[in-house]
Amino acid sequence: MNLAFRDVRHNLFRFILTCLGLGLLMTVVLAMMGIYNGLVSDALNIVKAPQADIWVVEADTQGPFAEASKVPNDTRDAVARLHGVAQAGSITYQTIEAPFKAATLRLYAIGYERGRIGGPQTIVTGRGLEASHFELVADAKAGMVLGDTIVLGRNRFTVVGLVRDTMNSGGDPAIFLTLADAQVLQTQLAPPAARVQAARGATATGGATVAAVIARLDPNVDAQSVVQTVRQWKHLSALTQAEQEDILIKSVVDKARKQIGLFLGILLTVSAVVIALIIYTMTMEKLKQIATLKLIGAPDRTIIGLIVQQSLALGVVGLSLGLVLILTVKDYFPRRVLLEPVNALALTGIILVVCVLASGLGVRAALKVDPATALGG
Amino acid sequence: MLEESRRVIVDIKGVAKHYGEGEARVDALRNLDLRVHAGEVVALLGPSGSGKTTLLNIIGCIIDPSEGQVSLDGELVFDKHWLRGDLRRLRLDKIGFIFQAHNLLPFLNATDNVALVLQLAGKSRAQAQSRAQELLDYLEVGHRARAMPALLSGGEAQRVAIARALANSPRIILADEPTAALDSKRAGIVMDLMRKLAAEQDACIIAVTHDEKILDRFDRLFHLRDGRLEDDK
Repeated sequence: MNLAFRDVRHNLFRFILTCLGLGLLMTVVLAMMGIYNGLVSDALNIVKAPQADIWVVEADTQGPFAEASKVPNDTRDAVARLHGVAQAGSITYQTIEAPFKAATLRLYAIGYERGRIGGPQTIVTGRGLEASHFELVADAKAGMVLGDTIVLGRNRFTVVGLVRDTMNSGGDPAIFLTLADAQVLQTQLAPPAARVQAARGATATGGATVAAVIARLDPNVDAQSVVQTVRQWKHLSALTQAEQEDILIKSVVDKARKQIGLFLGILLTVSAVVIALIIYTMTMEKLKQIATLKLIGAPDRTIIGLIVQQSLALGVVGLSLGLVLILTVKDYFPRRVLLEPVNALALTGIILVVCVLASGLGVRAALKVDPATALGG
Repeated sequence: MLEESRRVIVDIKGVAKHYGEGEARVDALRNLDLRVHAGEVVALLGPSGSGKTTLLNIIGCIIDPSEGQVSLDGELVFDKHWLRGDLRRLRLDKIGFIFQAHNLLPFLNATDNVALVLQLAGKSRAQAQSRAQELLDYLEVGHRARAMPALLSGGEAQRVAIARALANSPRIILADEPTAALDSKRAGIVMDLMRKLAAEQDACIIAVTHDEKILDRFDRLFHLRDGRLEDDK
């Protein structure tokens, strides 16, 4: 006879209400996990999208995602000629704001050379860029559909394709433009800065710079050896894909990760305290019944089982409700909420441990109950 | 003579119980002797603080005496060989408790309240349910077998509590004000039932009571005063 189940069934409404409260708390915990995953995934998607093996950037910088990087336009030709490089392409990154349908969109503009690496990998609707100018491929989160037009700088661009899950670490949806359009956009959106650069004579050949040159290597070519070769050019630096991803995680996402991690820790602690309080209160309400159980000869394990099983049931049902809730509402979050099965499994493990620990307070109170209290004075 | 021929179930010799030491010492029981035979129904009477509950707790193996010997159904308990688990097992197998406020578990129906004790003693679910139903039928509350305690009347709840106390065929039934929550008619019925069961099961019943309406239904009355026992009848 499972006493925990019987007790829950007897007080079903209160149990469900308690689980609902715990479920809402679990929803917040899972949302935090999902937001963190989304943050990392979005940031890495941008770096992984070009499927590059090495990144050639301005000397003494850590690449376009961590800090400003400008390399001359013709660097791509030099990189392409290196031994072991199969393909190379120039790329620019820029965050812009543009009016669209009575709202202002914040977009992450990626300029790449058509026919070279750096463009969108999988277009879910429409096509890639075919014209030299004024076409763009946008992330679906930007809210644009095929055929929509948007004014960027002084020109009107038409949406010809849509991609998914392509945004920067700040959550701004990406748009892909031709490199030429992106470079024009840079000067149009920051003319004073461009003028200062021109006055300093810092503009590259052809008057344009790019954020980085990316390269794919031939099979079996060691990326580090190519990186070392590039680093011998004093005005350039190079990073492998793994280094670039590592920098992005450490320098760009790290603070957000720590903040969310700390918040997660606090939430889990709050959950543990809430579960402990609920179990303790439920136990205190049953002291007379526990005393009766002890008096009629129930062993301690029956009483411990009653409390621990209820605690676990509370945790599991609360977590399940939390999972259902977050899976229902996750698409309404402004930032991507990415939940992996491993998150649910990890949280299940944590909650089970928390439930067992939290029930300790109730178990302690129950074991201290004097069976004589059932008889009265 | 008849009494002497019956088996002694509860045999208490020179039992004392005190709490605290020195000036703070309180003697709840003093040099107390008590013998209760199989089939006997005895009452413990006395004012509040006289030691009735302390004596009931000692016979129920809930607290140990400070001095003296306690023998239950031929077994000397509370010597150094008895562990807490052994006393719990003794309570389960040999002692049945009937409470003032029935103390049925509110989340179990009448049958399960009775069956629980049987399952704790190692009976299978089917055996326990069958025996529980049998007891409830015998106590004429079989028709309320699926009812939750909150839906039972005071008399019905007390009968279910008696069925629970009898489930493991105990040799000793300890009752704490068993009729306090019942009117005089129902109190009489419950007492007659308990007497009948004690005789049938060859068990003894020791009840703490203040209920004067039922005193004539006891074989012997023991008055406790300041921790000492006086046999009235």
